[in-house]
Amino acid sequence: MKVAFYPGCVSKGACPELYVSAKIIAEPLGLELHELESAPCTGAGVLSEQNRELADALNGLTLAMAEAQGAELMTICSTCQGVLSDHNYHLKKDEARRDKANATIADQGFRYSGTTTVKHLLWMLFEDIGIERVERAIKRKLTGLKIAPFYGCYILRPSEALGLRERPERKTYLNRLIELLGAEAVEYRGATKCCGFPMLTFNRDKALAMGGNHILEAKDKGADLLVTPCPLCHLNLDGQQPDAARVLKKDIGVPIFHLPQLLGLAFGFEPEQLRLNHHVVPTTGALEKVELKV
Amino acid sequence: MQFTIEVGRFNPEGRYAETAVPGEPFPAPWNASPVRRYQTYTVELPQHAVVLDALIAIREYQDPSLAVRCACRSAICGSCAMWINGHANLACKSKLETFTMDGKTRVESPPSMPIIRDLVCDMKPFWDKHLAVKPWLENKEPLPPPDEEYRVPNAAMEELIQEVSCISCSACLMDCESFAVNPDFLGPQALAQAYRYVGDPRDAKTKERLGELSKAGGIWDCTHCFECVQQCPKGVAPLEQILKLRKLAVDAGFTNNPGTRHADAFADSVKHSGRLNELTLMPKSTGLFNIVGQLKTLPSAINMARAGKLPPLIHKAIPGVERIKKIFQRVGGRFK
Repeated sequence: MKVAFYPGCVSKGACPELYVSAKIIAEPLGLELHELESAPCTGAGVLSEQNRELADALNGLTLAMAEAQGAELMTICSTCQGVLSDHNYHLKKDEARRDKANATIADQGFRYSGTTTVKHLLWMLFEDIGIERVERAIKRKLTGLKIAPFYGCYILRPSEALGLRERPERKTYLNRLIELLGAEAVEYRGATKCCGFPMLTFNRDKALAMGGNHILEAKDKGADLLVTPCPLCHLNLDGQQPDAARVLKKDIGVPIFHLPQLLGLAFGFEPEQLRLNHHVVPTTGALEKVELKV
Repeated sequence: MQFTIEVGRFNPEGRYAETAVPGEPFPAPWNASPVRRYQTYTVELPQHAVVLDALIAIREYQDPSLAVRCACRSAICGSCAMWINGHANLACKSKLETFTMDGKTRVESPPSMPIIRDLVCDMKPFWDKHLAVKPWLENKEPLPPPDEEYRVPNAAMEELIQEVSCISCSACLMDCESFAVNPDFLGPQALAQAYRYVGDPRDAKTKERLGELSKAGGIWDCTHCFECVQQCPKGVAPLEQILKLRKLAVDAGFTNNPGTRHADAFADSVKHSGRLNELTLMPKSTGLFNIVGQLKTLPSAINMARAGKLPPLIHKAIPGVERIKKIFQRVGGRFK
């Protein structure tokens, strides 16, 4: 299945392990990735806050590029998903806004007519690839692991633009996937909460406490690791975890996996191939549970 | 139809361990709360019944000791906001059928607010915040003559319909992620109300208000998680109002804060390379001359570099970046 692949800035920046693992798992899932190399950043909500017209034009450009490829746009980041969904929702619905965005990108030879579908890899697993195909690709069941799902705000809220009204089951995909891979999904309040990353530069200690609290809650409930479809959550939960532990005056030490890394493990790839040895919080403990080493 | 309700009851021997206290270590809100225990009831009600119907039926016919706060029963007074299956909702607006999960509905007082008893939380934090934004008009001089009134164009008030719809139920604050770790944060309701007065053409203190709101605890302490938009039963969409305030504050010149620096650095990076430069974003947002702030971020940067998680030192632009620059110039406005 051909998809217009939108990796997002973070997977090409501070989370290269996400980009690498997403490309590795494409083949067993039968995904043909056509990367939108010249698509700009979504603005992560930061640009639209100060200049909505600009964010409409930039995201309109990306949506137009996918439209020209005639394929669904696939993201691997909850934040990219949220922002693109939001702009797509308004550009589809509001003709005046779409015309304005089109007037801006027309100079560059692009036009968005409003037909692109934006889907996170997590949604595609259930809605396009199909769980039968995922099941067939599994070579190593993750039995014995207790995994806490961490969705990331922008893949859940606001529900209207994300199509959760029509498809409320999207709120449960991560839990279902964990079970499908043979592991146990940990139930905890933090699963759908905010990691604190958007506030990291404004109010550092509070942002760290926010993320740290969620990991500690999952740990309390027995989680060996957290899995997230959002690299920005990963930056806060993994990258900043030692600092969060210091702020909260508690030991944390819970590894955070990207969604494609977890899939990759289940599909039989080695931890090094998925760059699981390049995390701030060592993944060793969790991997040992499924008899793997890095 | 039979419904099973699991109600969070007050345990008077408990402590308020779940509420953030200024100066204290951050709370661990999941702790099996010593202030509550869960009690299960079964009620027989028609299919269309709401959660509040069940709670009233329990109180009237099964357990008169259950404390629940309610008045209008029709989503107007805002007194029955509580946690239903882990999120704030009006009990009178939530149909039992929709909210039954795994055969039951769990109802409790929100963990981020102090409990008075059972389902009745202390609204003091809410009203303190509400009052802190001075939710009244500061008259513009000259005042209209005594027998006349201010004339306001319809369009100006239409802009404020969303904010005026607020019924002060506190559902947004109950689910506010920032408030859960930062008791000083003004919170979604108060900030949405602040916009209601900032956006009112009759108010004389627009600039002063924006200045106050740009300080710590104000508009930049929101974590942008959309919980308030999701939970508001009246469509106030507080986050959207907070974002409007951010823009107005920046336009009014209140730019000496990490929020504005972050937005500017973000835009600059996208404009010149088409994508985000994570390496420069954090230091620029912190403020290049903010040595203490810079030092605070250093240990994390070192940890990430050690793990091989540092963005490439040479930031590469996307192919066709000229196109992006032209879009920035053509749209104009801030970031041009």
